[in-house]
Amino acid sequence: MSQLELFRKKRKKLGPMQDTEAALDSEACFKLKGSRVTMTILELYRYDYKSFNATLSSTVSSAPDFFQQTPVILSLEKCPADNFIDFIELGELCREYGMIPVAVRGGGEEQIVSANVAGLPSLPPASISRAPEPTEPKAETTVEIREVEVEVPISANKVITTPVRSGQQIYAPGGDLVVLAPVSAGAEILADGNIHVYAPLRGRALAGVKGDDSARIFCQSLEAELISISGNYKVNEDLQGSLWKQAVKAELEGDQLIISPL
Amino acid sequence: MAEIIVVTSGKGGVGKTTTSAAIGTGLALKGHKTAIIDFDVGLRNLDLIMGCERRVVYDFVNVINGEANLNQALIKDKRVENLSILPASQTRDKDALTQEGVQKVLDELKKTYDYIICDSPAGIEKGAHMAMYFADRAVVVTNPEVSSVRDSDRILGILQSKTLRAEKGEAPIEEHLLLTRYSPDRVERGEMLSVKDVEEILSIPLLGVIPESKAVLSASNQGQPVILDEESDAGQAYMDAVRRLMGEQVEHRFLNIAKKGLLSRMFGGR
Repeated sequence: MSQLELFRKKRKKLGPMQDTEAALDSEACFKLKGSRVTMTILELYRYDYKSFNATLSSTVSSAPDFFQQTPVILSLEKCPADNFIDFIELGELCREYGMIPVAVRGGGEEQIVSANVAGLPSLPPASISRAPEPTEPKAETTVEIREVEVEVPISANKVITTPVRSGQQIYAPGGDLVVLAPVSAGAEILADGNIHVYAPLRGRALAGVKGDDSARIFCQSLEAELISISGNYKVNEDLQGSLWKQAVKAELEGDQLIISPL
Repeated sequence: MAEIIVVTSGKGGVGKTTTSAAIGTGLALKGHKTAIIDFDVGLRNLDLIMGCERRVVYDFVNVINGEANLNQALIKDKRVENLSILPASQTRDKDALTQEGVQKVLDELKKTYDYIICDSPAGIEKGAHMAMYFADRAVVVTNPEVSSVRDSDRILGILQSKTLRAEKGEAPIEEHLLLTRYSPDRVERGEMLSVKDVEEILSIPLLGVIPESKAVLSASNQGQPVILDEESDAGQAYMDAVRRLMGEQVEHRFLNIAKKGLLSRMFGGR
């Protein structure tokens, strides 16, 4: 598996519509899902082959098993932008010690180009430094390795009080969506978490769009065009049973979307 | 303070221009100084329905482009005092409408008029957008059929998001539902959505229900706003709507099948 594939498998950012489309195609041989993984960041302060090799070898020798097949992100945020880095050479070095660079974060224009040439995609620099500032880096330490959580989404629930009209789309990223007014046919509401509609639901409702199987949909009158939880969906035709226009909840049992009265 | 009222629908052919002409005329009849602007640049119709097509010299686009001043372009109605029409251009297209140009014309009209009625073109493109952008209130004209209701729903969404009031975060545009071409006997037969159905889907207050009427077509062809036909049910229904628009409480009429006498049954008169 190439580094790029590995990277894509581990860390995906998906827009809600893409997820919907993937979910709708039941013939598809795969499904895209968003997920968060904890990664090791290799924070580079400066780079030259010799000192990098030396520091790496001493770091790894302290815990050789720990670094076997470990994907790392190379952070260039503390590295001078004019410090030329040969990422092919750096990558080979890392792999020798069991580390697999999967991407770079931050860095100057030239460094990013060099990383891309070596097959490493670039990530935007972390906006807030969550780790304490490192103590003055000494000349002999060029590498510091620590565990950080990549991408910490700010969770937020959303409450909508006005009707959601045909053609409108409302998405609650990272939380629940509560709608206190009708959702019209032709409208679309999406949430990473649960969806509550305290009025008729006539449009499309997609809960758990990032793959949360425990997400649920609640509505006061089921008249929806489509409801979907984590990619498992039912369209209008399947919904027009005894629970049509009733107050219902929808949840997943395995891969089965179950609708029951409230 | 002058009020700008947009008459809009999304779908074409539901009666926007008929409604603009009727409501504008009704407000003028009630003594308010009223101007009706035709935003349907390229397909001008308002002047035909108002019966002033032969008096058009300058139009809305001429005023926007500074080729004529507002007073040269405004056509004073000969039947009703206080009523003026600003016709659309027949030879240009809707790109001729610029936000600054429209705002300039509206600001000038606001100085002398009480009500400015913007007759929106069908669709959700530039012409319709310009017609609604500066509005304080909206009359959403809807026919009792599913596609018209869906389009009105779409327009209501746009009114809430892409207008000056929405962008500035001011009080939202006041929305009114006007149901036109309503035919109670077809509703009874289940061929048409009922008032209740439409109200339930759109969930905005009902301004009026205009019954399907032969008077509308004949009035249009004569270039006479139907509201001036006081005998007709449509004319009366429009007058009721105007009174409600001005804040009066008027009971809704023409919602049920009119009882016919024996003679009219035999001869099929209306």
